[in-house]
Amino acid sequence: MKTILFATGASVATLLLAACASGPRHSEAEYRQIAIDTIKHDFQTKGQAKHERVTQDEVQQACNSYLNNPPKELMIKLTSAQLAAIKLPADGKYLGDWKEGEKIAQSGRGFTWSDKADEPAGGNCYNCHQIGPQETSFGTVGPSLLAYGKTRGNSPEIQKYTYSKIFNAKAFNLCSEMPRFGHAGALNEQQIQHLVALLLDPASPVNK
Amino acid sequence: MADPMKIRAQLKGDVTEIRVLMGHAMETGQRKDAAGATVPAHFIQSMTVDVGGKRVVDGQIGTSVSRNPVFGFKMKGAKVGDKVVVSWVDNKGDKRSDEAAVA
Amino acid sequence: MNIASSGLRLLSCTAALALSLSVAAQTKDPNAEFEKFRAEMEESNPAELFEVKGEELWKARRGPKNVSLAESCDLGQGVGKVEAAYVKMPRYFADADAVMDAERRIVWCMVEKQGFKFDDIAKKPFQGGNDNNAPEITNLVTYVASGSRNMKFDIPLGDPKVRDAFETGKAMAAYRAGPYDFSCNTCHGVDGKRIRMQNLPNLATPEGAIKGVQGWPGYRMTGGVMLTSQWRMNDCFRQQRFPEPKYASQTITNLLTYMSGNSNGQMYKGPGIKR
Repeated sequence: MKTILFATGASVATLLLAACASGPRHSEAEYRQIAIDTIKHDFQTKGQAKHERVTQDEVQQACNSYLNNPPKELMIKLTSAQLAAIKLPADGKYLGDWKEGEKIAQSGRGFTWSDKADEPAGGNCYNCHQIGPQETSFGTVGPSLLAYGKTRGNSPEIQKYTYSKIFNAKAFNLCSEMPRFGHAGALNEQQIQHLVALLLDPASPVNK
Repeated sequence: MADPMKIRAQLKGDVTEIRVLMGHAMETGQRKDAAGATVPAHFIQSMTVDVGGKRVVDGQIGTSVSRNPVFGFKMKGAKVGDKVVVSWVDNKGDKRSDEAAVA
Repeated sequence: MNIASSGLRLLSCTAALALSLSVAAQTKDPNAEFEKFRAEMEESNPAELFEVKGEELWKARRGPKNVSLAESCDLGQGVGKVEAAYVKMPRYFADADAVMDAERRIVWCMVEKQGFKFDDIAKKPFQGGNDNNAPEITNLVTYVASGSRNMKFDIPLGDPKVRDAFETGKAMAAYRAGPYDFSCNTCHGVDGKRIRMQNLPNLATPEGAIKGVQGWPGYRMTGGVMLTSQWRMNDCFRQQRFPEPKYASQTITNLLTYMSGNSNGQMYKGPGIKR
């Protein structure tokens, strides 16, 4: 891209550099905007995966704009808002059935365009985490949850925290890679209670 | 019209390794398609391999073999330039025959 | 040794190898065992069947304009020239005024030179488990890819338009969206992670990027289908809970430019085999 060759002082050097450099023509932020515009144009609704899914919400926008490292103020503002929006069980019960929790953790179904919208989603948990000792086919995208309850105890505070974390992991770590299962409507109250039991029930294999 | 086979026959020392890649649907007759209808059985039933004019393999193949099968085996007594002829017949009577030379 | 006399039942090489490996796999790293199996299978890769079909399609006069791709399609190395073309794409094509990956370019040629309709190709671009044959475009991509067997990736990142595609692809890989807040980088932006037992290459690094582009187009033994990197990108977005990327769109080209560009200098072994 040839630019004006005659200009004053430092700007000459900058212009020449811009013309000669083999580096990118735009800034990171500009490429991000081009990416967003191209994505909006290039995606289409299929099955239950509607086009609107490519539109960022404010959490995604904060994490995208700052490459998962937003400024402290923004982080506090958004995590507080996410925390406030968590729906806790009306009866105050956090523990379900750990055996059901294991089934939910094993299932990777739900929310893709090839999944039926009216069928319950799974937790996808083993895709990223080690959970029970008997399951050797586990992922390592997230930390191991082996002995989760044994390590932390299962006080009401821990139960509430665990439930909340599964409901919306971003309430605690804004740019966590963990999906916001409750917030997104992927898992319902009973399903999350079963998962909490999987992690905290002393009878669960996780804690044996 | 059946897909061509890819035949490789390599002599190493005194052992010839022959590998045959066949293009075939190999339907077991147990599978259901997207509409729920049973896909009819369509599989290679028999195959023969001749090397240097002599029949070295005469085999029957069952429905447990998957789509686009690969067959490999070793033999002694072949020399470079020997003609390898592989032929098969499937349960619908479709046939295919291809040849290569031992290299 | 003459084995003609026994009217024996032959087991496919695949089944036999699988049996012998399954015992070992329980005690050793399953990925290492699969790599051994893959090396064996690469010797007689069913992808070759699709290469042959692709070659026929490349050379045949077809479409409303009754012209062959061999006499009309320039993949960047000269009209009809397939050798070394795959590893030098995506690249900028002035006649289309766009940076294009291999599959997108071939589709462009089929439409512009042969007179085929894009919508007809885009209607069913990928082989399904129920299909005994792959779509024509898959066969063509496989043939073109075979022309770059054992050549090094050489994406022209010095070209400003290609660089734009690369940087946009990089930004796209970082873009989190959808109900699960996933971006490509969620799974492919860090070293040493896996989903269940599937290792996740870090596509931002040369070592990881080559793992992402190596082996595509590839014969997938699960389902016995031939698949291209356009398919792989499509299926990634499905698993990310995104809506569907349009077939052969700029988004896919940008992402492929990013991954292939990061693989520059490394060897492409040709159409591969996948589990």
